[in-house]
This record gives sequence, structure tokens and C-alpha cells, in this order.
Amino acid sequence: MPKFQYAPAPESRAVVDLKPSYGLFVDGGFVDPQSGTSIKSTSPATEEVLAEVAEAGAEDVDRAVRAARRAYDRTWSRLSGAERGKYLFRIARLIQERSRELAVLESLDNGKPIKESRDVDVPQAAAWFFYYAGWADKLEHAGLGPNPRPLGVAGQVIPWNFPLLMLAWKIAPALACGNTVVLKPAETTPLSALLFAEICQQADLPPGVVNIVTGAGATGQALVEHPDVDKVAFTGSTAVGKQIARSLAGTRKRVTLELGGKGANIVYDDAPVDQAVEGIVNGIFFNQGHVCCAGSRLLVQENVAEDVVDRLKRRLATLRVGDPLDKNTDVGAINSAAQLARITELAQAGEDEGATRWSPACELPSTGYWFAPTVFTGVSNTHRIAREEVFGPVLSVLTFRTPDEAVAKANNTPYGLSAGVWSDKGSRILWTADRLRAGVVWANTFNRFDPTSPFGGYKESGFGREGGRHGLEAYCAH
Amino acid sequence: MSAPALPRPAAAAEVDVDLASDASLRRFLHGLPGVDQVGLEARAAGLGTRSIKTTAKAWALDTAISMVDLTTLEGADTPGKVSALCAKAMHPDPGDPTCPRVAAVCVYSDLAPVAVEALRGSGIHVAAVATAFPSGRATRAVKLADTRDAVEGGADEVDMVIDRGAFLSGRYLQVLEEIRAVKQACTAADGRTAHLKVILETGELATYDNVRRASWLAMLAGADFIKTSTGKISPAATLPVVTLMLEAVRDFRLGGGRQVGVKPAGGIRTAKDALKHLVVVSEVAGDDWIDPDWFRFGASTLLNDLLLQRQKLATGRYSGPDYVTLD
Repeated sequence: MPKFQYAPAPESRAVVDLKPSYGLFVDGGFVDPQSGTSIKSTSPATEEVLAEVAEAGAEDVDRAVRAARRAYDRTWSRLSGAERGKYLFRIARLIQERSRELAVLESLDNGKPIKESRDVDVPQAAAWFFYYAGWADKLEHAGLGPNPRPLGVAGQVIPWNFPLLMLAWKIAPALACGNTVVLKPAETTPLSALLFAEICQQADLPPGVVNIVTGAGATGQALVEHPDVDKVAFTGSTAVGKQIARSLAGTRKRVTLELGGKGANIVYDDAPVDQAVEGIVNGIFFNQGHVCCAGSRLLVQENVAEDVVDRLKRRLATLRVGDPLDKNTDVGAINSAAQLARITELAQAGEDEGATRWSPACELPSTGYWFAPTVFTGVSNTHRIAREEVFGPVLSVLTFRTPDEAVAKANNTPYGLSAGVWSDKGSRILWTADRLRAGVVWANTFNRFDPTSPFGGYKESGFGREGGRHGLEAYCAH
Repeated sequence: MSAPALPRPAAAAEVDVDLASDASLRRFLHGLPGVDQVGLEARAAGLGTRSIKTTAKAWALDTAISMVDLTTLEGADTPGKVSALCAKAMHPDPGDPTCPRVAAVCVYSDLAPVAVEALRGSGIHVAAVATAFPSGRATRAVKLADTRDAVEGGADEVDMVIDRGAFLSGRYLQVLEEIRAVKQACTAADGRTAHLKVILETGELATYDNVRRASWLAMLAGADFIKTSTGKISPAATLPVVTLMLEAVRDFRLGGGRQVGVKPAGGIRTAKDALKHLVVVSEVAGDDWIDPDWFRFGASTLLNDLLLQRQKLATGRYSGPDYVTLD
């Protein structure tokens, strides 16, 4: 027990007005699903049911795609870029105005700490709309040819780890380029997308430009396989990504996939060590490790490994795990029982395969889904925890002797989404970054995002880029 | 002198730091891990978002009050003003006997006897600034005489300034030897020894790397406390600098050295700021530093805001500047 005990500092839930049940957002309004079935969205921190949401069937998806097609043909593709930009700016401002509501809802539905939804997810989502709003009337200057054209109707499927932010990553560039969208949020985290639908209404967005169909895997499959969808954008697991790629092979549809990762965080012996420790913590324990670009493999130079691990353990002892709505919580709840089972299984495999498991002393709540921050030392590249994506707060520590070995180990994975390099020597950072096969390489930082910076993967981490000028390419024909 | 171990590799046991020359000191100090400015500032800002409410706030306000070095360092200081400050130090909130006393009163050395007299028997320390404070521009003989004067005047804590010019031009040995000499001068003829706080004047050190090096140099030379600033230079104490100095004292002890205290001074004017610093003490250095013996706030106006916030917490109402005493 530290001397300085922080009293509970919960963010108020009163700001969120949840309805008992939600329909589908199609053609500018909420409609009941023809499927007649629904799913429950629960709070992973308490297992409390927050709301029931519709489970869209194939006919519901069809209705949404037809609405999107109509909106594309009749209004959205005919608007000037400047006009589209106005709507996007308006949405961005509304996200800012309703930021507290969105942050609380996101933390309730997802389990992530309010600190993070308040300081990262929601401001970033707004920034994404602001950024692409600015591009809407400048597309001919984006280096995509003299007259870039929209693709048509985009079918977008997003994951549960950053529900609102991934929505923004998908919808903002699509709309800026003149496409209309049908978006399916994740089964376990649909609520912020439904609040976003209200924001679209509030912004007077023409009906059908944005449609939200909630549901599980079958809904997503119906969406990506719908014949009138011109473009598919998916963020999620590599397994589902492969399935989508297979089902789209031979069709005219354009596709971008942002899939899993097993990011390496390389710490050289001349690293700014206290900041490196912060970067390691941020790399793997940010958002409970539910981050596709997480730095889940720490590669630390052997002559400083012991010191770095000691410092890391001391630091982890101060992490605060618990109520996502408490403003002092650093690590929240695991998003679902299924994900908790997956993390538990892989962590057990780590122990069984001979790695040394360590967690700080921390009391976990008795209800809800929780997993203590965990560090495995003595991990070798053959262990499952060094190869498979855990998608949880589990760090594998490996060591290396030479820079060549660091690069070889970092690249020795089927994934290639992110990597980090820590060194005080600029030339060593550049040498290393040059050789890493990863879409994003962070130098002396980790898990930093910006709408101007393209993001995407190599190898089994997917293809296509989101963010920046590159992000426009995924939604334009040229 | 047997010096503490290098901060890394941690596995290495006691490593003697060669304190014999500028060159050997440079080798050691420049071998300390670098500081990434962006990362350090992000860490401090992150800790600054901790939400301190209700019972935590009450505890933290009282703890902060008990860590204040109530300071007046003006040319216009008078014995009367120092006496009044001492009265306030003993009873910060005359209307509330549960209000803790401050840790020390900090004055120029010529007024130390006044403070000693006023505080006799209270247990509150008397700190005197010395060594040609705040610029440090005097010969060593003058600085040592200044220090002896303070100690003979009854001060049991001496706040010295380092020679920033010598430090920045790489004359580390000169800085080290001067701190050692002042430390020696802190022992009075009757054997009383004053605690030595070494002011780095971080606002003049330009980089965080220099702050880390100066912290280590002062600790190696025998500082009991390392202190950010004189309060006469801006920026004075900032949250990133204090975070870095707390990392330094933590690492110094982990490496086999003594426990050394930290004193941010200058620029901390609000209770909210003080609470942020306490969060950093708690999460970076740990419980052992949450103690007036090991962490101090050098401040004058801060105390009144701590008192106002304390009253607000107790009564539910904000009062105003007329309800705390002016110094």
C-alpha cells in the first residue's frame, strides 16, 4: 500500500443517455431489423448489459447498401469537395462538443480506461475528421492524378479495440473522397458507432451517406460479399482478413486490410533508459494490449537486459488496474470473455514452454473480465508467446547481442505492422529502421498516432495504408 | 571516497567512480543514460493528469503543507517580516489547530538568528541560503565564509548554489570540490552539522542531460538534498525537471548510494501544482521520499493556496485571499 492513496475518482455516467435497444442506422434514420434478432452489448468491467442492438441479416445489409448506393448516385458523389468538407468539419466539431459523452460511452462499452478514451480515442477521432475534411476539396493535388474519382459504396468492418477511432479512420477518408459507406462495428462494441449515427443526423448529413449495421461475423460477411459494394475495408484479425481476401478474389472489388501484428520494440544499450521503459509500458499495456501494433516483443540488448527488466518491473508496480471509468485507471478490462480465454490460454502456453512469468501484485475486480499486466522473461523466438498475437497485456522479453541479430529477430515473424527503436544515436536508429520490415517504425517513442501519418502493414499484417495522403488512395480511382 | 555504483549495468556491484579529475568525472557523467526530452515531458504530463479527490486530496494538502520551506529571499526582508513568517510557519492556519506546521523557514543568512529565535522549540528547521546566492559569483573563500556565517547564525540547513559557469564549461572537479568544501563548512565549531541542499539552477543548465549530470555530481559530492532553483531564474521548478531529479535520487540509492532528498523551488504557486509533484514523488521515487525529511517545496505564495484549498475541502466553500495571512 503506497502512502499516497488515490481516492476513487470516477467519471460520471450521467452524461450518457443509453436507450434500452437500438435499431440499424439506414438511410438517415434508425430502423428495426428485418432479421428480428438482436445482440446484447455488455460492459466488460461489470458484465452489466448496457443495451440491445439489432443483429442485421443479409436483407438488412442489402437495404443499407441500397441506401448507400442511392445516396452515392443522387447526392454525395455530385457534391463539390468543398461541400463534402463542410459536412466533415461539422462532424469533427460535433465529436469535440460531445467528447465527454463519447469517451464515457467508449469506456463503458469497451472497458478501456477513461483517461485513454478521453485523451486519445475521442480527440484522435475528431482530428481524423478535421484532417480529411481538409483534403476533400484538394484531391486533385494529392498526387493521385488530375481527377481522382470516388469508388462508390464502401463496406467497412472494424474491430472492438478502438471502436470510435477505427470508425473515424474508415469513414473520414471514404467520405472525403466522395464515397458513401456501410459500416459494421464490432459485435462487442457497437454503441459509440450508434452515437456517431446520431451525430451524423445532428450534422444534417444527407441520408444514406453513412449507414451503420450492427451484428456479428455473419453480418460482416454479408456486407463484404454484397455484390453492390465497390470497396471493402477491414481491420481485424489475420484469420478473418484471409477469409475476406479469399471471398473477394476474382471480384471487381477493391480491398484494404489492416490485420494483426507482433511488434518488436528494440532497446539498444545506449537508449534513454527511463523513457524507454515508459515506451515499453505504453507499447504493450496501452489499451490492455488490445492494439494490433502493440510492442508485444521486447528485444533488449543483453548487456542492459537485467537493468531494463528491473526498471520495467518497478514501473509496472505503479500501474493501476481497475474501474475503466476511474480517472486514475491505467489498465482497464479485457474486452470480452472470449478474448480473456485466449489471453489466458496463451499465457499458460508461455509458462508451459518454459518462459518465466511475472506480474505485479494487483487486486483484480471480482466481476468482469480482467488480466493482470504480465511479463515473460527468458522467451525464445520459438515460443508461442513470441510468435502469436496475444492481443492482451502480455509482454515477451527477448535479448539480442548485435544490431544484426536485433533486426533478424524483429523481422522473424509472419507479421509486419509496427516496430520501435530506442537509442540515443541517430545513425543507429536510421540503420535499424531501414532494415525493419514493418509499416510503422517508431523512434524513441511508441504507439503514437497522427492523422497525417500513414499506417498499415507488411506481410500478414495486411495491405493498404490509412492516414495521411496515402490514406486517400484507398478510396479513389485514378 | 568510495562512491556508489554506476546506474547500470545494475548487475555490477559497487563501482568506484573516479573523482580525481575533470576527465574522469566527464567519463562518468557523460556515461549516464541519456534523457529523451519528448518522453520525459510526456511522462510528467501524464502523471499530471492524476485526479486527486476527497480523502486523497485532504491527505495530500496536509502532506504538502508539512513539506513547505516557507521562504523569503528579498533585499527588503526585515527582522519583523521574518518573525511574522515564523509565526505563520508554526500556525499556518491560526483558526485551525489541526493544520500541520511547515518543514522549515528559509531566509538569507544574516536573518537566520532572527528565525532561530522565533522558532525555538518548535521543531521547525531554519534554512539559510549561502555561497553568494543566487548567482554564486564570488571567490570560494567568500562562499565558505558565507556558509560558516549561516551555520554559526543557527541555520540547521544550508541551501548553496553550484557554480553553473564551471559546470557548463566542463570543470566538473571544481564544482565537486566546492560542494565538498561547503559541506565541510556546514559543521559548526560546536559540532552541529547543517544539512546541505545543493541548488542546481536547472533553468540555466539548458538540457535535461545536464540536469541529470548535475544531480549526480552533487550527490557524489555529498549533497543531502538536490534543489532545482534559486527562484530568481525562470524557468524554475518544472514537473519534468523534478521527475528527472527524482529518478536520479532513486537510481543513486539503487546503485548503492545514500538516500538524497529533492527540493523543487520557485514556480510552484498552486495547490494543484504541489499535488502533481506529490504524485510524481509517489510514482517515480516511491514512499521513502514522501516525507518532509526527503522532499520539500521551496515556496512563499504556495502555502496560502494550500490553506485556501484546505479550508474549501473542510467547509465546502471557497473563502478568499482575505482569509489567509499575507506575508
